Amino acid sequence: MALFSKKSKHLPAFWTNYENRFKEKIAADLNEITFVVLDTETTGFSFDEDRILSIGAVKIKHETIAVQEVLDIFLEQEKFNKDSVPVHGLLKNGQRNCISEINAMEQFLDYIGNAVIVAHHAGFDMGMLNMALNRNGLPNLKNKVLDTGVLYKRTLIKTYLIQPKTNYTLDELAEKFSISKKDRHTALGDAYITAVAFLKIISRLKEKRKFSVKKLLH
Amino acid sequence: MKNLISERVADFIKNYPPFNVLDVKSLYLLAEQVLIIYKEKNSIVFSVDENPHAHFYLVHKGAVTLTNTTTNTIIDFCDEGDIFGLRPLIANENYKLEAKAHEECILYGIPIEVFRPIAKQNEEVSVFLMESFASNTRNPYSKNQKGQLYGFDVDSDKNKDVNIPDLQLANYSKKLISCSPRTTIQKAAELMTKKHIGSILVVSNELPVGIITDKDLRSKVISGKHPITATVRTIMTSPVITYPKKLTITQAQMAMMKSNISHLVITEDGTVNSKALGIMSKHDVMVSLGDNPAVLVKAIKRTQKVKQIKQLRKSVMILLSGYLEQNIPLGLIAKIISELNDTCIKQVVELSLAKMNEKPPVKFAWLALGSQGRSEQLLHTDQDNALVFENVPEAELPKTTAYFLELAKRVTKGLNTIGYEYCPADMMASNPKWCLSLQEWNNRLSYWISNPGPNEVLMSSIFFDYSLAYGERDLLDQMSEHIFRTVEKYPIFLVHIANGALQSPSPTGFFRQFVVEQDGQHKDFFDLKSRALRPLIDAARVLILSHSIKGISNTWERYEKLAELEPNNQELYMACSYATKALLKFRTRQGLLHHDSGRFIELEELTKQEKMKLKRTFKAIKEIQELITLRFKVANILG
Repeated sequence: MALFSKKSKHLPAFWTNYENRFKEKIAADLNEITFVVLDTETTGFSFDEDRILSIGAVKIKHETIAVQEVLDIFLEQEKFNKDSVPVHGLLKNGQRNCISEINAMEQFLDYIGNAVIVAHHAGFDMGMLNMALNRNGLPNLKNKVLDTGVLYKRTLIKTYLIQPKTNYTLDELAEKFSISKKDRHTALGDAYITAVAFLKIISRLKEKRKFSVKKLLH
Repeated sequence: MKNLISERVADFIKNYPPFNVLDVKSLYLLAEQVLIIYKEKNSIVFSVDENPHAHFYLVHKGAVTLTNTTTNTIIDFCDEGDIFGLRPLIANENYKLEAKAHEECILYGIPIEVFRPIAKQNEEVSVFLMESFASNTRNPYSKNQKGQLYGFDVDSDKNKDVNIPDLQLANYSKKLISCSPRTTIQKAAELMTKKHIGSILVVSNELPVGIITDKDLRSKVISGKHPITATVRTIMTSPVITYPKKLTITQAQMAMMKSNISHLVITEDGTVNSKALGIMSKHDVMVSLGDNPAVLVKAIKRTQKVKQIKQLRKSVMILLSGYLEQNIPLGLIAKIISELNDTCIKQVVELSLAKMNEKPPVKFAWLALGSQGRSEQLLHTDQDNALVFENVPEAELPKTTAYFLELAKRVTKGLNTIGYEYCPADMMASNPKWCLSLQEWNNRLSYWISNPGPNEVLMSSIFFDYSLAYGERDLLDQMSEHIFRTVEKYPIFLVHIANGALQSPSPTGFFRQFVVEQDGQHKDFFDLKSRALRPLIDAARVLILSHSIKGISNTWERYEKLAELEPNNQELYMACSYATKALLKFRTRQGLLHHDSGRFIELEELTKQEKMKLKRTFKAIKEIQELITLRFKVANILG
């Protein structure tokens, strides 16, 4: 009940718009579903301490990515962790056009709508995004989420003697599927690599006997 | 909006015509509007009579075939960087050809609305388009400048698969290896050995003055007529026979016969008074004809890059479908194709070794497992392989393992490039569990054989169907020895493996009807591999093991050997041998027809006769399974 009152009182219009888009049901045909494949670059790995530096995302529908419809946003930083710079090559307020966290969330929610979110090791990205939303007085994301790390493992044949590794990095996936690792460690670059890997994983999963869209999204 | 992805797209398309002549601004304008499209293998991009799409296509990854569906001929084969589906958009008509993903593809969809004004403004682009349209319709020589374009007219008579040697240009080696007349014979011979060539051109002031071939070395030097310290001038054949480029295969053959020589020199204007461009040997002519396995082997061995092998593998497939059409016995086809596949694998290992910084620290062997190990692999399938290396002192082990893992990674990647999918169960030498020293392998094999659960049986069964793909045969023999010694100690293992051979699902139901798949992507298809081929393969393995016969891994050869060993069952074994070959042939035909592994078969597409043929092989399967149940008393022990 507490949730109810909170909802109508304080939440901004863009959140309500986002929420309303979930009234539409997700299509049953894989090709009709919109997937948003995303990646975030952050100042570090702590949900409490660290912040999102940038969000990159691409939309997939009908196994097609439109170059025009990508999301590539950079966030203003109060806290700046020097250690993570060499990995991402993103300097604080570098030459990019940076926006505030709340504006970034508005743009992000508007972009994703009720799409199914896909990310590599999605738990981390979702955690960072939800923390950012909560900091601005907003609830958690409502989208369905798929993790390419988990999905990839389902394409492998399981035998008792050869156990798949517990964890596959995005680099390993890129190698397995011969995807160029150009622009690795930028949010949009990683999102694109993840998107291609996702398409290839899905086409392999479809071969499996027990594949269904319903199960995929359970 | 310019972004990382559009930059990536622009970076790719700027390398290919007609985009290579665009200015940076137009290039980015175009790139920002591109659609990136993923296509599964065998999916349709557009079909005949479909309304034109808003985009034409550029292949980013993979390959697309354009087919004339009425005559069922492949008109064009588009590789990375090739454009297709543009002409109908310009002419404003429906598609006349079918475009299909030949491999898993990533395509760039380029919007015609954005491209049209750019093409109009840019004269070079318009000229390029006009030339390509024109050359695609008539020019029989267009193979060189393969239009790479547009679904074009149906009445075009160009067909790449038809080899008309009278018209087709012969390839020649453009990387000219030459020496001067004053070079010593020894130096020239060293150079020829290093470059793997059978002839070397003698050049003076850039003009070809003579040629030395292996034959000259044999007849004039080794015979003792000339010392190896003499200059090449003393033994070279001079003058050389020269021709201009654009020599057709037939012309080249005739020229060689006329002068009774095996090498022609190609010069700029076709006379000895101009610069030499290359040498055309009899071998080059044979490769251009492309229908000879021996020539293909030689061509594969000469490749410098893995990508070149991929091209040659296409010729192997053409050879295979030709053999099947001519109804050549399958045993023979399998031998030839396996030999070619082996050569490809060997070459990939060679090339990967050359790329390593150091030589291998100890001897090793690269093993082909599964169908390749049994010499039964005709179509491209998954790669199953393993690596074994000599025992090293414990302190050296981590370093040695690291070296071979690195090598294995390169090899598996190379195999993937030439068309072998990665093994979905990761049974590959690049997996640390499949790249071990001899001692480690022996320990593992002992464990599998002495603790036979269903998985252990599966694993060890893979190791009874192996063959050496590269390296030391001795290591392999030691592994085999070990396996047989261990199996003798644990006879119960044979019962388990016999039980494993009976686990395949039955091909026919109670009413002798085909059993088809119940669900999944292949619903209502017949699974030829697990319901028909696998029972035969498994049965042959356990029977041959029980006789302790080593060194035969091919299934029909195993049955033939069994027929020899057990004359009273000869009839059944011969029937099994025949059934295996028939089923494999069937699978290969289906695979070539549908461009897949041939594993799943749509029964409705089969003729009555084909169905009868299939059912006849099932009788042999049933009988061999009964024999195994009785002989190994499987039911008693496991029941």
